[in-house]
Amino acid sequence: MIAETGHFAMILAFCVALIQSTLPLYGAHRNRQDFLLIAAPAAKLQFLLLLWAFAVLTVKFVQSDFSLWLVTANSHADKPFIYRLTGVWGNHEGSMLLWILMLAAYGAGIAQFGKSMPDALKARVLSVQGMIGVAFLAFSLFTSNPFARLISPPFEGNGLNPILQDPALAVHPPLLYAGYVGFSLAFSFSVAALMSGKVSPDWAKWVRPWTLLAWLSLTLGIAVGSFWAYYELGWGGFWFWDPVENASFMPWLAGTALLHSALVTARRNTLHSWTMLLAILTFGLCIAGTFLVRSGVLTSVHAFATDPTRGVFILMILGILVGGALLLFAMRSAGLSSADKNVPFQPVSREGALILNNVFLASATATVFLGTIYPLIIDAFGLGKISVGAPYYNAVFVPLITPLLMLMPIGPLSGWGHSEVSPVLKKLAMAFVLAVLGGLTVLIMSAGHQGGAALGVGLSLWLMLGAVADLGKKIRFNNVPLARLPKNIIKLPLQQWGSVLAHGGLGVMILGIVGTTAWRSEVVQAVVPGAVMKISGYEVTFNGEATVSGENYSAERGEFSVRRGGVEVALLKPEKRFYTVERQSTTEAAILKNLAGHLYIVIADETISDGMASRVVRIWYHPLVAFIWIGGLIMALGGVAGLTRREVKSYSSDSV
Amino acid sequence: MTQRQTRLLFLALGFLMLGVTAFIALTALEDNLVYFKSPTDIAESSSMPVGKIRIGGLVAEDSLTKIGLENRFVVTDLQNRINVSFEGVLPDLFREGQGVVAEGQFKTADIFVADTVLAKHDENYMPREVADALKETGVWQGNTSSGSQE
Repeated sequence: MIAETGHFAMILAFCVALIQSTLPLYGAHRNRQDFLLIAAPAAKLQFLLLLWAFAVLTVKFVQSDFSLWLVTANSHADKPFIYRLTGVWGNHEGSMLLWILMLAAYGAGIAQFGKSMPDALKARVLSVQGMIGVAFLAFSLFTSNPFARLISPPFEGNGLNPILQDPALAVHPPLLYAGYVGFSLAFSFSVAALMSGKVSPDWAKWVRPWTLLAWLSLTLGIAVGSFWAYYELGWGGFWFWDPVENASFMPWLAGTALLHSALVTARRNTLHSWTMLLAILTFGLCIAGTFLVRSGVLTSVHAFATDPTRGVFILMILGILVGGALLLFAMRSAGLSSADKNVPFQPVSREGALILNNVFLASATATVFLGTIYPLIIDAFGLGKISVGAPYYNAVFVPLITPLLMLMPIGPLSGWGHSEVSPVLKKLAMAFVLAVLGGLTVLIMSAGHQGGAALGVGLSLWLMLGAVADLGKKIRFNNVPLARLPKNIIKLPLQQWGSVLAHGGLGVMILGIVGTTAWRSEVVQAVVPGAVMKISGYEVTFNGEATVSGENYSAERGEFSVRRGGVEVALLKPEKRFYTVERQSTTEAAILKNLAGHLYIVIADETISDGMASRVVRIWYHPLVAFIWIGGLIMALGGVAGLTRREVKSYSSDSV
Repeated sequence: MTQRQTRLLFLALGFLMLGVTAFIALTALEDNLVYFKSPTDIAESSSMPVGKIRIGGLVAEDSLTKIGLENRFVVTDLQNRINVSFEGVLPDLFREGQGVVAEGQFKTADIFVADTVLAKHDENYMPREVADALKETGVWQGNTSSGSQE
């Protein structure tokens, strides 16, 4: 019975969303307060209904109620509690419900915290948010009902794909969706402004905190996903330029551009049209990503396996929502009554730097998009089946991103409106000299062979030291006595740390990427117990293996003694697991983690080597690799710091 | 700067970037495309494919052998077969009788040396190219969908 209430709540939410997307719009158009004020309570009600539906589904998963098809297909009573819980979003239908719940949560957030917004704008924003809700609720109810029953329930479920039974994968989808879905608000704000035909100077200030929240969630989501892929897939790679990864990376790039252009719009009251277009495209890329992941049109190493009708449905949503918004943009953007006109613009200024940022980020997004959909286009025209791999992305990304990274420290140090070049250069002189020295050191030590790594180390230092220079300016390093500095640092408003952390964090991340890309080493060997392998100063001895059993799997566990300089530093036990319910095997890497690098061991199949039964062992040394995720975390912290900005407080102080 | 000059500057910058980006992207695409061929495509082509390609099909039953680090197996669309050699660690979901995609090149006309082997997370999943290739030979009747696991 209780499952039906969940289903019923979803249908009710659909009806509420229909009302939310129409009546307030009419009210805003005709200036009828009674219709207009329906928006906020409707948004909250929609959220509560979906929260109920989601709670019901969660309870069903935890109880292992196999009369629900979804629970049978994706869960098992023997599964540890935590994975029965996270199993709710470890599948298409459940994750779609989570997606919609978050969409409604953002709407309810505006309804609750958007107190300072004019009623008409708020009604329109919630109305557009309601339309997105209608589209995705219809998608869920008609093609992916999570509450479908089985007529004769089995005694046991099929289990959850073992590689998803992992803590990182428990938090990865919610973070990712909080990011994807968060950009829907930027979309709704843009469409609302286009509908009303006017945009107030405060518009960007209202959009920005929500965009920032979405951006930081997406940043964390991608970082966690990358970390998971690194240790769980047993390949030791952190990014594969796989279509599914690109699906999350494109909105991230576009969202980053949006964050910066919204800053220009908020501070200089200009670039409104571009910011709106970016907002529409960013959310468009989020839906396109959903389409790529869930429609099965692409061969990817990780994706939901799929159903073509769903793909068509999502494509229709994409066409109607984004196509409609773009049409509206084409018709209305030129006539927007705003203060866009006659704002003096100086190329050498903070906004000049931010525009360059947008130019490069937009180009980068476009190239990733091209690489991701090119195989689809070629296939659609019957010109053959192709794939576009990492070499393409490396070839286009490095030349587009390098100039962007070079400009990055300059932006925050230049002034709004008009900036002199020489004081900025003076503040960055030290950073520049040290970055060049760092790059040259790498070049010389590698005898000229590691040009790419030298560039990467130089850029990484440039960003990190540039962030320090940014902080130095903010605490007025040059103008106050040293004794005052600690006080200045403590008293620095949190929001001021935003760009310092976000930009510095990227520098840290690049250090990790360069480290593992340029200096990774690998040993693959078929070994018998007692064998010794040498890698990057470590001596790894294979002690032997044993069969062990876990809560819902059995495993071959290898044991390796790791020595460095003759001293044993670790005992590593990688496993090759076999999950009995799902009849799948997984590779569990054992990793010795240091900031300096990771020693990463996996065991693979048995084989015959020199006539003896041996085990294939693969060992990597990934120098500096941890900095990739530490950097991502620092960037997200920068986002959190940015959320504390004071103008924001009045209307979204509780949004974190 | 006047509004007009600003607009012109933006336009010029925009077009310049567009040109540069398009040039970089298209050159890179040209150099890095990897074509997908089914065993039948290979059998029917008159010459041995040169350079990096992807092949796919089912891993033939009882075809997997391991010697040291080398894995040898046969990829088939149930009409033609390709012998594949792969040095390294096969993905966890690699299994005989299941779909697989391998990227690499032909060393001689009858051995394909793979440097990457992709099998899908979802064990029921059939890579799309493989499903299409099998449909063409009339072997595969189902649609490409199955299950719904990540």
